[in-house]
Amino acid sequence: MADVKTSKVVSKVATRESYGNALVEIGKENPNLVVLDADLAAATKTGVFKKAFPERHIDCGIAECNMTGIAAGLSLTGKIPFMSSFAMFAAGRAFEQVRNSIGYPHLNVKIGATHAGITVGEDGASHQCNEDIALMRTIPGMVVMCPADDVEAKAAVRAAVEYEGPVYIRFGRAAVPVINDRPDYKFEIGKGTVVREGTDVTIVATGICVDSALGAAEMLEKDGISAEVINICTIKPLDEEIIINSAKKTGKVVTAEEHSVIGGLGSAVCDALCKSYPTPVCKIGMQDTFGESGSAAALVEKYKLDAKGVYEQVKTFLA
Amino acid sequence: MTNLELQKMANEVRKGIVTGVHAAKAGHPGGSLSAADIYTYLYFEEMNIDPKDPKKADRDRFVLSKGHTAPGLYSTLANRGYFPVEDLVTLRKLGSYLQGHPCMQHVPGVDMSSGSLGQGISVACGIALGAKMSNADYRVYTLLGDGEIEEGQVWEASMFAGHRKLDNLCVIVDNNGLQIDGKIEDVCSPYPIDKKFEAFNFHVINLADAHDFDQIRAAFKEARETKGMPTAIIAHSLKGKGVSFMEGSVDWHGKAPNDEEYAVAMADLEKIAQQLA
Repeated sequence: MADVKTSKVVSKVATRESYGNALVEIGKENPNLVVLDADLAAATKTGVFKKAFPERHIDCGIAECNMTGIAAGLSLTGKIPFMSSFAMFAAGRAFEQVRNSIGYPHLNVKIGATHAGITVGEDGASHQCNEDIALMRTIPGMVVMCPADDVEAKAAVRAAVEYEGPVYIRFGRAAVPVINDRPDYKFEIGKGTVVREGTDVTIVATGICVDSALGAAEMLEKDGISAEVINICTIKPLDEEIIINSAKKTGKVVTAEEHSVIGGLGSAVCDALCKSYPTPVCKIGMQDTFGESGSAAALVEKYKLDAKGVYEQVKTFLA
Repeated sequence: MTNLELQKMANEVRKGIVTGVHAAKAGHPGGSLSAADIYTYLYFEEMNIDPKDPKKADRDRFVLSKGHTAPGLYSTLANRGYFPVEDLVTLRKLGSYLQGHPCMQHVPGVDMSSGSLGQGISVACGIALGAKMSNADYRVYTLLGDGEIEEGQVWEASMFAGHRKLDNLCVIVDNNGLQIDGKIEDVCSPYPIDKKFEAFNFHVINLADAHDFDQIRAAFKEARETKGMPTAIIAHSLKGKGVSFMEGSVDWHGKAPNDEEYAVAMADLEKIAQQLA
């Protein structure tokens, strides 16, 4: 269980950095691990892998659709390919290739999608992918993960290597606080974690919004509201049990994600609740809108994905 | 196999194509028939494969990038002994393993699922690269339609193959000249096809008659002996080859013969069989 104070730790790492570092670490152990890029190795942070294992790094040039097929083909020869690009291009541009060349044949390809969500920042809406979770979770058999911090991102990469089948992992550009740095931390695909216990409202969060939810929970506590915070790294398959059990306790659920409220974590949580334990849900995320240029901090504040934004929306929901 | 044996087998493959598509009441006979001799040569002569061990590690791989001509691939695999020829009539039917487009999980001998044009060649490049990275010496073949090469991904893959010098990759373009909406030069011309592949650093072989086994044999030998660059065989073929009323007709790209047409088609092929006997 995370102490409330953990959201105040100073250590900050972008999960894309964690991605590159994890690949190097696992690459030392597993000779079948190969990494693909589409001219963005410097940005996806796989550059460290390229440096460590140049013969196992394949730069496909600016051609994400082809990269998807190359990864599929490599997996058919026993390699474990991680294809890397920005979420916009890996899940967006190459969606149909991911569906047909990886998803349909259920190939052992891992998609490392960096620069997800609005914290891409200054590049603006063309590069801020708020749709990738929605797209990827519609593909049968695709595991979809969105780690919250450095610890979880590294664990997710390792779990993806150990898992046989297609996996999509979403990483961010901006440095985010490390919140899972504790000795008893364990990661399992498909398992959520209660990171703060509460009784009045459940906040189910993923990615950078886990930290925001923890911050919001602290603010809510000062108002006498006890919020339970659940970290969902694996959006598919979803840990329905942990969400339903919490909903039974609190009776009110809020979801928080750096993604469109259409088709993402919020939708997945609603799917789970409506069939087993119908509960009022407030979905926090990008409200059917494109992002814009600005610093990551300014954007999460404007689009109410920071602690204050989550706090305010929970208060409105409970009012 | 001798040329005569290959011709006889290709004719059997064509019967299976027509029979499967007729039974399915849908499917793509034209491009299956135009590639029947290529399919036959690959599976009966060129490729190192074993129908009794479809997944043997050192086998040559085939990716049907033009996945809609699955009836041609299925008929070839069935005649090669991967599964019963009798099953071809289950094509496209609910519950059949012979899906409208190839599904690798269900069909013995199918190395990759395909159907969405332009994607198979990328996967073939990935397999070829994987073979090289693993120091394996198997070869990878992929068959594309001439309409298919209008897909941009084909050229992304070609750039990659040329850049990576994938000489264990053989791309075959079934240049029958017709796509759904008409002649390829009228719809959105991909010509000159040979010069395009040359520009992407391929060794290009113009196979003047893709129904002549001497020429087919020579082309694949040349491809196998080409080192340092991938090979593209531009196979000039006749759409609907072997069935009188389908030959050179765009109408038979994706249409099944009715019972009467089926009888004519099978009579055409039976006549060829007798000529070869």
